[in-house]
Amino acid sequence: MAEIGESRLPQPVKKNPQLKTAAPLVPPLRRSRLGLRLAGFAARGEFCLPFCSACEKAVWPPRDACPTCLAELAWQEVGNQGQLIAESVLETSPELYFRGRMPWRIGTVRLACGPSIMAHLHQQVQVGEQVEMGLHLDKAQRAVFMAYKNREGGSVNEDSQLRELTSDPKYRRVLISDARSPAGLALAKALAGAEAREIFAGVAESWRRDAVLDALEALDHVTLVPLDLTDSSSVKELAAEIGGKVDILIHTADQPRPGGLLDGSSLTIAQEMQDRLVTGYMRLASHFGPAMRGRGADGVNSATAFVTILSVYAHANWPSYGTHSACHAAVYSLSQCLRSEMLGSGVRVVNAYTGPLEQDWYESVLPPKLDPQRLARDLIKGLQQGLEDIYIGDVARDVASRFREDAKLLEIELTGGARE
Amino acid sequence: MAQARANYEGVVLTAPMSLPYQRFSNQSAHWWLLGCLREMLASVAVRPDEIDGLTVSSFTLHPDSAVGFAQHSGLDLRWLEHIPMGGASGIVALQRAARAVQCGDANIIACLAGDTNQLDSFRQTLSRFSNFSNDAAWPDGSGGANGYFALLTDYYMRRFDTPREVFGKIAVDQRSNALLLEGAMMTRPLSLEAYLSARMIASPLGLFDCVMPCAGSESFLVMSEETARQRQLPFVRIKAVMEHHNAFASDPVQFRGGWQKEQDRFWRDAGCSPPDMNLIQTYDDYPVISVMQMEDLGFFPKGEAADFLMSRDLTWQGDFPHNTSGGQLSAGQAGAAGGFIGLVEAVRQLTGQAGKRQVAAARLGLVSGFGMVNYDRGVCSGAAVLEGAV
Amino acid sequence: MSTQDQTVGLLDNLALDLASGAVEVVDLTHTLDPDFPVIILPPEFGQCARFRMEEVSRYDARGPAWHWHNFSCGEHTGTHFDAPIHWVSGRDLPHNTVDSLPVQKLVGRVCVIDCEAETAADEDYEMDRAKIEAFEAEHGKIPPQSWVLMRTGWSKRRGADYVNLREDGAHSPGPATEAVRFLVDERDIIGFGTECIGTDSGQAAHADPPYPAHYILHGAGRYGLQCLNGLDRLPPTGAILLAAPLKIKHGTGSPLRVLALVPAAG
Repeated sequence: MAEIGESRLPQPVKKNPQLKTAAPLVPPLRRSRLGLRLAGFAARGEFCLPFCSACEKAVWPPRDACPTCLAELAWQEVGNQGQLIAESVLETSPELYFRGRMPWRIGTVRLACGPSIMAHLHQQVQVGEQVEMGLHLDKAQRAVFMAYKNREGGSVNEDSQLRELTSDPKYRRVLISDARSPAGLALAKALAGAEAREIFAGVAESWRRDAVLDALEALDHVTLVPLDLTDSSSVKELAAEIGGKVDILIHTADQPRPGGLLDGSSLTIAQEMQDRLVTGYMRLASHFGPAMRGRGADGVNSATAFVTILSVYAHANWPSYGTHSACHAAVYSLSQCLRSEMLGSGVRVVNAYTGPLEQDWYESVLPPKLDPQRLARDLIKGLQQGLEDIYIGDVARDVASRFREDAKLLEIELTGGARE
Repeated sequence: MAQARANYEGVVLTAPMSLPYQRFSNQSAHWWLLGCLREMLASVAVRPDEIDGLTVSSFTLHPDSAVGFAQHSGLDLRWLEHIPMGGASGIVALQRAARAVQCGDANIIACLAGDTNQLDSFRQTLSRFSNFSNDAAWPDGSGGANGYFALLTDYYMRRFDTPREVFGKIAVDQRSNALLLEGAMMTRPLSLEAYLSARMIASPLGLFDCVMPCAGSESFLVMSEETARQRQLPFVRIKAVMEHHNAFASDPVQFRGGWQKEQDRFWRDAGCSPPDMNLIQTYDDYPVISVMQMEDLGFFPKGEAADFLMSRDLTWQGDFPHNTSGGQLSAGQAGAAGGFIGLVEAVRQLTGQAGKRQVAAARLGLVSGFGMVNYDRGVCSGAAVLEGAV
Repeated sequence: MSTQDQTVGLLDNLALDLASGAVEVVDLTHTLDPDFPVIILPPEFGQCARFRMEEVSRYDARGPAWHWHNFSCGEHTGTHFDAPIHWVSGRDLPHNTVDSLPVQKLVGRVCVIDCEAETAADEDYEMDRAKIEAFEAEHGKIPPQSWVLMRTGWSKRRGADYVNLREDGAHSPGPATEAVRFLVDERDIIGFGTECIGTDSGQAAHADPPYPAHYILHGAGRYGLQCLNGLDRLPPTGAILLAAPLKIKHGTGSPLRVLALVPAAG
């Protein structure tokens, strides 16, 4: 039957300037509403399927009632173990996306929780074996399944089909928009550990020396580049110089300041925050977005992700940091707009949500607070898994689950619901 | 105990017609269906105003269904059916029309199937085939039916230890039959070596396991035996019909179909058994499905295709004539017409109108249909035993 | 005395005259405030930013011993200067931005042509060549490298009357095409100034070329001044104008303090 490939990921080569850059193509977009729902779970890395609690089994493809007893179904997290019972290596397809990526391996997995599921196959797996099923977003931002032998294995990311479903920094060039931020230095170090090929560390006002700048300059694979998010000409110039080399952009800028509306907080500080965070995001997207968008299929180090580190209070305002939450809410909304504009380009718009960090402007906030090293590590892991919404740390996960359960209740809790 | 099924006495099939298939056509599905209708009526001197019932099966008629087509055609109808069952459409059309004539709901019913094939028709049909394929199959490599049936074939070969040679045998003998069909899509002889060494399409399916999508149309008439006699039309009687949909839904991969559930009743109704058949036409989108139909209709036990088929001659002049016009694998798959090709060919054979590929003393024929891979398996199944009038 | 002494003496005399009031410093500038009207362009185009101020601190927790603001506006907000690069006709000229133009030109003689009567009679008054020649007949030929200002009394209007926008656009006075050509080609002016928003008349979109003052002035490397105030305090000739825009990198103009040195009457 099908041969199991032993391909390791090819190293990126210098582009031949006489060859046209491969245009990004899109896998099939069409899904039913139920089918679209699966993408939400894939975005967060949750393995959820429609489930019949009367029959105690999962159902796939998604349906509007259980095919055995007609009971209503509810999506829930289910076990992802199964057995690979059939496979095929496709050599041809009428869809341009796959046509250009042949051969492509697919299989049928019988999950322990019930259904048979058609899936992409990782090169590790063979028919008859027990497998783990992963849920991923493909380049159309739709959910697809992939069968693995072992998700956590070191060489798992060497598979070229999997690379299409993830935003792995390995072999890629990464721009960190504000390397001076607490996350910035930690990311610069962690990306080198994840085998990123080059890290551009964006730094504004390099005439302001500090320990972080010194530390950045000492790192291997890291190049400091001038980037001031409040200055359109700065963003534009950097994009003109290196825009075609940015495979992953990680927007790390933040300006956490306590303050709301009635406490006499400085409006000028709020204006700066907006200019840096919100308008800064727009500057970054408008200048770096187009180049990235054109390179979504550009070889093993294609452009793959526009990542933003957001406060989880983008979902619901935390009044102690009221204007700060509002700025993040604005960026969150813009990221959704960007996601739509990037659809079809092969570049994922990824948000990493965090609670308060272990840094000076949050010193009065009770723990748990997020350590920048952990932020960097979990963000990179999320990119390697191909997540679109990465919730990092206990606070972020807690707030996110409350938000999904009942957004209004979360608002009431945050605006003082627990007061006596 | 279920009520016994009524027989099909007094109702017959006549006027088998096919329009020659074309690889690509910029005509509409309406053009193909109307052309076949016109040729068919001319061949038996029936006027359009004498048609009072119609079934339509097509994938490329949208946004029209049978209703839009009915107005387009100008027919004035007492009875109208749209039958979207893919490869089982022929059997189902036959059954619906036969019952209508038996009950007096209509007198002469035209059963039509056909599709156009414009340059992007194939991809368009596949990429929006069904909710389930959109959600759960097409995004996985977009191999389409080739991909889904590759998985099915892979599973079948492993489970029943069946080598590719068995499927090759079916394809090779069908090709011999097709060489005598004017307008077949495939015109070169095929050897088993060529079948085995051909390039893979989706392992384990190679080039000659796959049909060529094309444009074309097929049709026949259903009327009372009395009417056929009055008009002196050669006709075929119906001994038994079965259909079954969504059988064995919990099988992890499809390896059997609804025919298995109906097998006993079907042959009881027919008053005969598989060895009595002079010819069989199966729905052959892929050779494994032909094997499945033969097994589930009782020609041989499941998993024993090699023993049965390798020692037989499946050509029109052999001891087990199968898909005597070449089937879809050699004649081409003209969309929904693939659900009629076997039935129309059986009517020809059983009325002595099969020309150069006429099976000798063809009296009883089995026609089987399989249709609508909604996601990962064919949902519809059907079969009929037909008897040529002496 | 040496030439240097004479030169020093020249300015010294000026300093004495300034101190004594023999030479007045006249302010020709509107206060930059949020209510001052700006040019209105069709909605699909980028608009001129209004002048806005935000307090940073006022001897308080935000800054205990000091008081300061951030402000924002466009380059062409309020009383402002137009550099040649502002218009398409001047885009390729050398030294055409506010930071590169020769500062020698920012101080110079100024001639003020009084069109108040004509404007009172006709809001769309266009100053023609004949009007300039009539001015010269009375006050002498306009010297080369002078500023020429068109006095209309418009600066006394406020709000809607100042903008004077109707359904077919703005209605305000300005120079006719032939007048601008004459001033540039035959009188070699440094620049031209008006009391209205814009050196062109309100209906200049319909002129040939459209916006002739901008087109001809900037295409010839000359400058513009607009939203001037207090032109009635200037003599027709004999004053010195100081008009120095902010030194903005690659700037096309800026709000500025326009001053004139005027010999005191009597």
